[in-house]
Amino acid sequence: MKKTKVLVGLASCGIAAGANKVYNKLKALQEADKLDIELKITGCIGMCYREPLVEVIDETGSYLYGEIDEEKAVEIFDKHLKQSEIVKDYVVKSDLFESKDDSFWDGQVKIALRNCGVIDPENIGEYEEHDGYIAIKKILEGKISQEQVIKTVLDSGIRGRGGGGFPTGMKWRFAYNNKADTKYIICNADEGDPGAFMDRSLLEGDPHAVIEGLIIGSYAIDASEGVIYCRAEYPLAIKRLNIAIDQAREKGYLGKDILGVKGFNFDLYVKEGAGAFVCGEETALMASIEGERGMPRKRPPFPAEAGLWGKPSNINNVETFANIPYILLNGAESFSKYGTEKSKGTKVFALTGKINHGGSVEVPMGITIRDIIFKLGGGITDGKKFKAVQLGGPSGGCIPEYLADTIVDYDSVNATGAIMGSGGMVVMDETICMVDIARFFLDFTGKESCGKCTFCRVGTKRMLEILTRITEGEGKEGDIEKLEELAYQIKDNSLCGLGQTAPNPVLTTIKYFRNEYEAHIKDKKCPALNCKKLLTYTINPDTCTGCTVCAKNCPTDAIDGARKEIHFIRQDACIQCGMCFSKCKFDAIILS
Amino acid sequence: MRVKRILQEKEAVIQSSVDLTLIDPLIEKYKSKKGNLIPILQGTQDIYGYLPKETFIKISEQTGLKLSEMYGVATFYTQFRLNPVGKYIVKVCHGTACHVQNATAISEAVEDALGIKDGETTEDRLFTLESVACLGCCSLAPVMMIGDETYAKLTGNKAVKIVKEIKIKESN
Repeated sequence: MKKTKVLVGLASCGIAAGANKVYNKLKALQEADKLDIELKITGCIGMCYREPLVEVIDETGSYLYGEIDEEKAVEIFDKHLKQSEIVKDYVVKSDLFESKDDSFWDGQVKIALRNCGVIDPENIGEYEEHDGYIAIKKILEGKISQEQVIKTVLDSGIRGRGGGGFPTGMKWRFAYNNKADTKYIICNADEGDPGAFMDRSLLEGDPHAVIEGLIIGSYAIDASEGVIYCRAEYPLAIKRLNIAIDQAREKGYLGKDILGVKGFNFDLYVKEGAGAFVCGEETALMASIEGERGMPRKRPPFPAEAGLWGKPSNINNVETFANIPYILLNGAESFSKYGTEKSKGTKVFALTGKINHGGSVEVPMGITIRDIIFKLGGGITDGKKFKAVQLGGPSGGCIPEYLADTIVDYDSVNATGAIMGSGGMVVMDETICMVDIARFFLDFTGKESCGKCTFCRVGTKRMLEILTRITEGEGKEGDIEKLEELAYQIKDNSLCGLGQTAPNPVLTTIKYFRNEYEAHIKDKKCPALNCKKLLTYTINPDTCTGCTVCAKNCPTDAIDGARKEIHFIRQDACIQCGMCFSKCKFDAIILS
Repeated sequence: MRVKRILQEKEAVIQSSVDLTLIDPLIEKYKSKKGNLIPILQGTQDIYGYLPKETFIKISEQTGLKLSEMYGVATFYTQFRLNPVGKYIVKVCHGTACHVQNATAISEAVEDALGIKDGETTEDRLFTLESVACLGCCSLAPVMMIGDETYAKLTGNKAVKIVKEIKIKESN
């Protein structure tokens, strides 16, 4: 009889939700009872909204338990593990019966995330059992040529998953064609887009897949050294990568004469970023590895000619590398059969914001945004109205509800003015103000601009000032036109992707939500009731209990009323700070 | 005279509070490696919690890295701090997902509770408040991180409670 397996999802999101406590509890129970089960850790299976997750795989099948705390863990231990009695109330997924969360999985195809939430990421043996390091063995043993490897990658149609969408095979070919004594291969794990966490999931859940992708890449382009540039905000990903690299080195997948092939030398290290969004740009990233300020360099020369330390370098994103072993093992066709004509394969998205099923999903290209949000994502929280979805982070844009039938592929998304980006999908409901969102992103890009190009450095600042003014009710006639003019100037006169795309959030919100800008500017109203300075605060006499908390906290003494009497806000003294609203325990402050 | 005064100041600084021998192994490890500047600064910050001025001078003297370059890098990346920080760094996430789930309310609540603004440190050197771009726990927004612990699905009250619990624990 096979041992019962118990997997606890211990990625950052699981840990934040309390999975460590659950794991420790189960471990203590197992030790106390000397129960013969295999208790293991695993990465993120994507169902972040049900964290912490515990999966039990016994001889009857698999059962994924969601929202488990210590108490529930004890129940699962006592009932399921000791008496084989399934605790059906907590099961969120099982291969034996239907559950209400099944829609989250329908339509998902897991290629990049194939092992996330399945294997123990800190154990190379488990990766090997799941077809790990077979692709590189097949290449080396079968003496498959470098050209052939590159051709397979090209044929698969995979395009850069970091957001640029440049065909990976082509990039490899350029790097291969540039002969040099030393070449570098770099993995961009500087996932700086706020609202995106696909790469973190992957690195925490299946670091070996990325490493194998890098080894295959190094073989294809003749690179002898690799760097994984990972942002320091992901301590767990860095830890697991380092464990994985050590294990791979020990097993002979890294180092000299890899797998016994004379002359195939490749080694790899993790370089911790230091907190700069612009370092996601490839030339800035290389400057940062060299120990300099992460400022982009002029192209040409492209990294494939003169990149890191002036040598030919190839740089791909985490998700791209994770797909590579699968493609090489199963053939180009296994990947290209999914997707649309110009965008092949699958893409991982991070679903966040006002959505019921927040988490990460992997879907074939070509699925509509609406299906992702309403089928997999379970719709909008609290039954509110879907307003827009933000794709591509600070470089992307907001796609409005009426364009939700847009399919996800690079070209269709670009046509809306947004970009595919790395896969962050922030869903917004009717309570989100689009001008405020544009302001939020400009605040971000303005702060993150490296300062090299004047238009990006100063232009984003000026745009932010205008946007802030609009959200504070000081908007002027002509502001929208000025924003547009600045936007195009910045796009045209910036060296790198950060500047060239920084105005996108503003341009798309003006394009699709111009009426909201106009309401702010002309009527001094925020239709989403989001911009504090444009709201009128009044007290609802039916729910006010006269507790005096609002009056005590009002910084301008604009609230009158004695204890146990209905209070009243004097509008001439109110500065719209929102203090009364946040302090009232009886929801008696009305916004309009 | 002026020159002398500056020199004296420099010496006075070097004799100041931080124990500079702590970074010796770090300098030894990275001294001759290319691209060593950022790892050295990161290592130094791990030791002291920030980058003391004296360490710049020592690192520069022993590795040959230029002070101007070091300062340039230290001020470019948000990770580096030039001032001492509190024992606990409260990082309130202001990524997009947290923003739409009202991260501002979390920051305001913590600011109120600690009596400091973003980027400041409490007088007792217990807390530093920082707003950060994205912690990557977007589906559990809004979140904040204290030490290695991430707190998810916060409200203003929850956040204040967490901070106050640490305060109580520390005063005992």
